[in-house]
Amino acid sequence: MQPSVNTIDPNEVAKFEAMAAEWWDPHGKFKPLHMLNPCRLDYITQQIAEEFDRDLASDRPFQGLRILDIGCGGGLLCEPMARLGATVVGVDAAERNIPVAQAHAAQSGLEIDYRFGTAEAMAAEGEQFDVVLNMEVVEHVADPLGYLTACQQLLKTGGLMICSTINRNPKSFAMAIIGAEYVMRWLPKGTHEWSKFITPDELYDLIERAGLRAVDRKGFVFNPITWQWKISHKDLSVNYVTSSLKP
Amino acid sequence: MRRLNPAHPKTILHFLSKNILRGSGGAQPPASLRTLDIFQNAVIWCIMHIDTDIAIVGGGPNGMTLALALQRCGLNSVIVDQLALSTQSAPEFDGRGYALSLTSVRLLKALGLWAEVQDAAQPMLGIRVSDGRIDTGPSPFAMEFDHAEIEEGPMGHMLEDRQLRPALIKAVRDSNSITYLEKTTVLTQDVSAGAVDLTTDTGTTVSARLLIGADGRRSQVAQRAGIRKTGWSYDQTALVCAVQHDLPHNGIAHQYFLPSGPLAILPLPENRSSIVWTETTKNARAIMALNEADYLDVIRPRFGEFLGKISLVGHRYSYPLDITIASEFVQPRLALIGDAAHGVHPIAGQGLNAGYKDIAALAHVLEDAKMRGEDIGALNTLSRYQEWRRFDVQTLGFATDTFNKIFSNDRPLLRMGRDLGLGLVNKMPALRRAFIREAAGLSGDLPRLMQ
Repeated sequence: MQPSVNTIDPNEVAKFEAMAAEWWDPHGKFKPLHMLNPCRLDYITQQIAEEFDRDLASDRPFQGLRILDIGCGGGLLCEPMARLGATVVGVDAAERNIPVAQAHAAQSGLEIDYRFGTAEAMAAEGEQFDVVLNMEVVEHVADPLGYLTACQQLLKTGGLMICSTINRNPKSFAMAIIGAEYVMRWLPKGTHEWSKFITPDELYDLIERAGLRAVDRKGFVFNPITWQWKISHKDLSVNYVTSSLKP
Repeated sequence: MRRLNPAHPKTILHFLSKNILRGSGGAQPPASLRTLDIFQNAVIWCIMHIDTDIAIVGGGPNGMTLALALQRCGLNSVIVDQLALSTQSAPEFDGRGYALSLTSVRLLKALGLWAEVQDAAQPMLGIRVSDGRIDTGPSPFAMEFDHAEIEEGPMGHMLEDRQLRPALIKAVRDSNSITYLEKTTVLTQDVSAGAVDLTTDTGTTVSARLLIGADGRRSQVAQRAGIRKTGWSYDQTALVCAVQHDLPHNGIAHQYFLPSGPLAILPLPENRSSIVWTETTKNARAIMALNEADYLDVIRPRFGEFLGKISLVGHRYSYPLDITIASEFVQPRLALIGDAAHGVHPIAGQGLNAGYKDIAALAHVLEDAKMRGEDIGALNTLSRYQEWRRFDVQTLGFATDTFNKIFSNDRPLLRMGRDLGLGLVNKMPALRRAFIREAAGLSGDLPRLMQ
């Protein structure tokens, strides 16, 4: 199913625009994602630029690249990728997110192909991408290996997958579940299930078994004094990100 | 630069033939063209629409410098100003000068402008701060700051306004990504989800992703956005003039704290100095009304005789002292810089320097956002600029105010306290270095363009 903002009734559009405003409100429900986003984008853009030899200072540096964002939500990653010139497909398993993301993209004057569905279904359809963004998804899926295999199938040869998730250790339990869900109330309670968290070594192993070659891993570290996220070369103890290539 | 003067049809035709009709980047073709016949002369009047990344309201030094900084990050801009560009630069010295901090000089260097003005700038090699009374002269307790105490070289430069502006105007003219709309007043600004739209009194409309208010203390951009100013005023007025003197100043700046308020003597090229001093507003009015000879008679006992005979050069200026800080520096698709965001009276010559810090910080934030593919006009992006600058600005406003209140006073105990304080600071090298670094603008987190 692919609803389009042009074919649904105006009341619905208004509702979706309101929901989009919520997704995009830096101080609203998705505040933690907005805080993390610049850091995620720094990593993503640098990895893509390096892999495909693009100059980020140029205009529309990702022109000609086809990028898939899995779990696109309101389009927090899709819109920047489209602005940088990429052809972007955003897919989300939550159907209600699709018209919301479409409404916001229309307001931003960006063309993005948003679809309701899953990575597995898209892989079965034979879709191919230069880049697959797989951010904060793998800890929510029932079968990580099956899911990562679908991601691998979605990549062209030489394609790049960027995958971020949360480590599994007492510190990540304290930070992600107690801290983010209960103390700060950044995320709805029950967002995360700690037993599903994956350590970097486990993820590397899964990525290799899925047929990809892991090439880089970095940490995303929150500094409570500057109240900002930073990329860390060493500290992968809570949030971390990996890059892998399809050989 | 594309310079448009819609009042003159020839300019438009020239503009059309050179830019729009050939489809050069930045500007879009006019929305409509119509022909009017006036006294047998065919006059083409055009209603023009321009699409751009950034619309800057206010074409003074801050507005132009920002446009040049944004050009470096690949962002196009349109500058809108009420005045004609030609009125901005008079070749004669008019008495106005800027005390550029080291970081402001770095910004000009990064933008390739410093080479244009360097020869005309006077390095500040030392600052002597002392407490004084008009009759007895400077107190024996004085802070002396020497540029040799910081590694970065001179702690700042004095630059005349007539040197800075032409350099900025030339760079703006040479730029392909900056359009200057002179003699144009913004009538309305309308922020929508994806853009901000301006209408003007010339009929030209501008659509941008971000609107910058660089239009000074009484910023119309801020007013239209409903941004309130908080602040306070003093019953004091700053008097500014430039003097010619017989003896060389050796690049030393002086700051005396007189009971009526501070007096600064800032070295200009050759045997000239810029003077900034404060009086009660009532006295200032009377002094401004004096003829040149009487005005000089007022200055002489304050100035002292260490530079020999003095005479006035250029105009005399007066500015009522107040501090205003905008309640918000940013809103969706809108940011304020310079005096539009914060007006701090010129006690420490920090006006332009504070504006330049805004520019460097905003350009840094926008460049990062552009490279990440973020929306440069989103509140989320602009909040980073606000957080960066607001603390700094409030600190400066507060420090300037406190400084002024302590020193503009003739009570004996306070006087003794500040004499001791000045003497103490002078005895402690670490504290003194901290003072110099603050004056040079080296404290706080520095944006890329100032590193």
